[in-house]
Amino acid sequence: MTTSVPTKTLNIDGLDVAINGERNLLELIRKADIELPTFCYHSDLSVYGACRLCLVEIEGRGIQSACSTPPEAGLKVRTHTEEIREIRKISIELLLANHDQQCPTCLKSNSCQLKSVARQLGVDRVRFKRVHEPEPLDYSSVALIRDPNKCILCGDCVRFCAEVQSVGAIDFAYRGHDAAVLPAFGQGLGDGECINCGQCAAVCTTGALTPRPEIDEVWRALNDPTKFVVAQVAPAVRVALGEEFGLEPGVVTSGQMVAALKRLGFERVYDTSFAADLTVLEEANEFLRRKAKNENLPQFTSCCPGWVKFAEQYFPDLLPQLSTCRSPQQMLGALCKELLPAEINRERKDIVVVSVMPCTAKKFEAKRPEFTHDGSPDVDHVLTTQELARMIIEAGLRYDKLKPESYDMPMGFKTGAGVLFGNSGGVSEAVLRYAAEKVSGETLRSPDFHAVRGEDGLRLATVEIGGQVLKLAVVHGLKNARTLADKVRRGKTDLDLIEVMACPGGCIGGAGQPVSRNADVRRLRTRGIYDVDKNLDLHKSQENHFVNEVYTRHLGEIGGKRAHKLLHTCYVPRFPVEATPPATPGVTTTP
Amino acid sequence: MISNLNLETQGQPEAAPASAPLSKPSTKNSLAPAPFPKVALIIERHGRKPARLVPILQEVQEEYRYLPPDILSYVARSLNIAPARVFGVATFYAHFAIKPKGKHLVRLCDGTACHVKDSVPILDAIRFRLGVTEAQPTTRDLLFTVETVACLGACGLAPVLVVDDQVYGAMTPEKALAVLESVREQERKEPSP
Repeated sequence: MTTSVPTKTLNIDGLDVAINGERNLLELIRKADIELPTFCYHSDLSVYGACRLCLVEIEGRGIQSACSTPPEAGLKVRTHTEEIREIRKISIELLLANHDQQCPTCLKSNSCQLKSVARQLGVDRVRFKRVHEPEPLDYSSVALIRDPNKCILCGDCVRFCAEVQSVGAIDFAYRGHDAAVLPAFGQGLGDGECINCGQCAAVCTTGALTPRPEIDEVWRALNDPTKFVVAQVAPAVRVALGEEFGLEPGVVTSGQMVAALKRLGFERVYDTSFAADLTVLEEANEFLRRKAKNENLPQFTSCCPGWVKFAEQYFPDLLPQLSTCRSPQQMLGALCKELLPAEINRERKDIVVVSVMPCTAKKFEAKRPEFTHDGSPDVDHVLTTQELARMIIEAGLRYDKLKPESYDMPMGFKTGAGVLFGNSGGVSEAVLRYAAEKVSGETLRSPDFHAVRGEDGLRLATVEIGGQVLKLAVVHGLKNARTLADKVRRGKTDLDLIEVMACPGGCIGGAGQPVSRNADVRRLRTRGIYDVDKNLDLHKSQENHFVNEVYTRHLGEIGGKRAHKLLHTCYVPRFPVEATPPATPGVTTTP
Repeated sequence: MISNLNLETQGQPEAAPASAPLSKPSTKNSLAPAPFPKVALIIERHGRKPARLVPILQEVQEEYRYLPPDILSYVARSLNIAPARVFGVATFYAHFAIKPKGKHLVRLCDGTACHVKDSVPILDAIRFRLGVTEAQPTTRDLLFTVETVACLGACGLAPVLVVDDQVYGAMTPEKALAVLESVREQERKEPSP
């Protein structure tokens, strides 16, 4: 029907725009640098077409939503007719009428899409009255807060949880006026299958889902003279914190960050990457032992607390295949509480460990009962990157004026391998850098393993080390993890090592990071992490002499009894798989 | 508070099939497999197909008169659907009940014809007598659940009352109460299963 048009173009607001395989009109319109507002469109998720903001007028067809219309040559599209402007504004007015508009106190205030779209569209009044009774907030989760009074039912959270994570902890319930996004049976978010990855909060267009802050608790500890407060900072934080202060994503501001933490009152600032180096030694040795005995393979990584809970819920039969290593956060917490009392002559209970993480699931992890001893948790509080930024702002510190300072030794010292943990593929690469030298007995010429890098959610790599061929899989997004774990369960893989991160891009895409709806932001942060590695003198965890010193002075041998006590953990099946037990429980693949 | 002035205490009728309170599903962290053989049979009959969720829930509700959370959870896991989605389906359709329903379903038509023929006083009378409200439509002894329906398609008989499968036309508040009394009398003499 459109053969009369010589080139594949269509017309948007009088401009001819070439079609280059865009999935829908909305993408094409945005490529033409016209910012159409949306709530329910998210390029990583299925098209939903519910918010009716991306409406356009197509000549001969009337008004349609751009997100659900495929581009066709010859279409004449108008994006801002009087009628469309009116519809959009009324939609926003209706949403605002029932929305809890406590913007000044809302945690999402700075990144609220409802607010920015209302501004963009020039909505300057709300003519309708609220008809919903206020509902209580859901504080049942240690990682997230759910405020039903702010939900506009865009469904981004529901689709992310189901489509990317394959968890489906929340979904639409009831209908019409009563429709709501709820966990199963209306129970609390913390009582069900939520794995605390927080991506629902990251994609939430309003403040209906937010990471649960621990800022007040941390201030209280900092202001308590009887407490010795220690900070540890995860690798992914340093490439994103600057975004909260107007810097580009991926810009590394470790120096200012450490300075800020010291000014806030932290006595010591350690680097979680130090513990990541420890993790590499423990996890690689565990892996090489399993490989030699050919048992419990493929080995799954265990750094990601979202994945760990996921595995406990849905793959209890595969739990023996998870590495028993604690995550770096928990390793560092355990070491602080174990080593610091003697060093500073204080009691364990007086030491408060605060970690700064890109992650909401870390809040849950820190509160797991196995990580608390004598009533004192190894990690007392977990702040997200966002929360640290808020504390810096609260304290009135001007981030750009801070004089860079250095981490405290010894646990602030790290190699590039430890920093790589922030990226998807980083744990694998760090382990390979160690395992390759350990197996071959030779020094690596180049520490980089490009085979495990990349953006795809499920990557396979074959790496030869010391004449031995290793098969690895690197996964981010738990739906991909489920696909792979299903194969492992059925004995359909010959893999050796599987790295799983719940969040897109790994920890740099965590839900505790500054909110962004742009995949380029993740790309820049990823590059930032690789740059940190490149700029450090050391790239292999085995070169971290402070780690080696911790082994000689405190831990004994790698994988030894004491190391096991402080650095390893165990897992518990969470839900009985009542109706569909695995066909072959505890299946082990033979590579 | 619900007024239950006229709520006669009965010999406990049939106990609610699954006694899980709605707010706290007992599936969490319990290691014992839930033994719901009847539900398992229904699911098997539908070939464990997720697409058969609605007919499965219909049959389950037929069996239990409502959809207890434990059973929804069990259905969800058996079909490999997230429990939150199953809950979403169960709450979307008016046909499904997630709270226990009474042994006898009392439905009063409030369609246009019945409404103009004064169905509202009948509804008020029934609710008052049974001590139920719109929010709490089931009697404490789980004998009756009172619902309204939009139209039963029997406008010639307006106002219409349906108790279980029995249709009563040209109702008045007095007649309606008499119908309920006869059901209760029947239960007293020989309780239906």
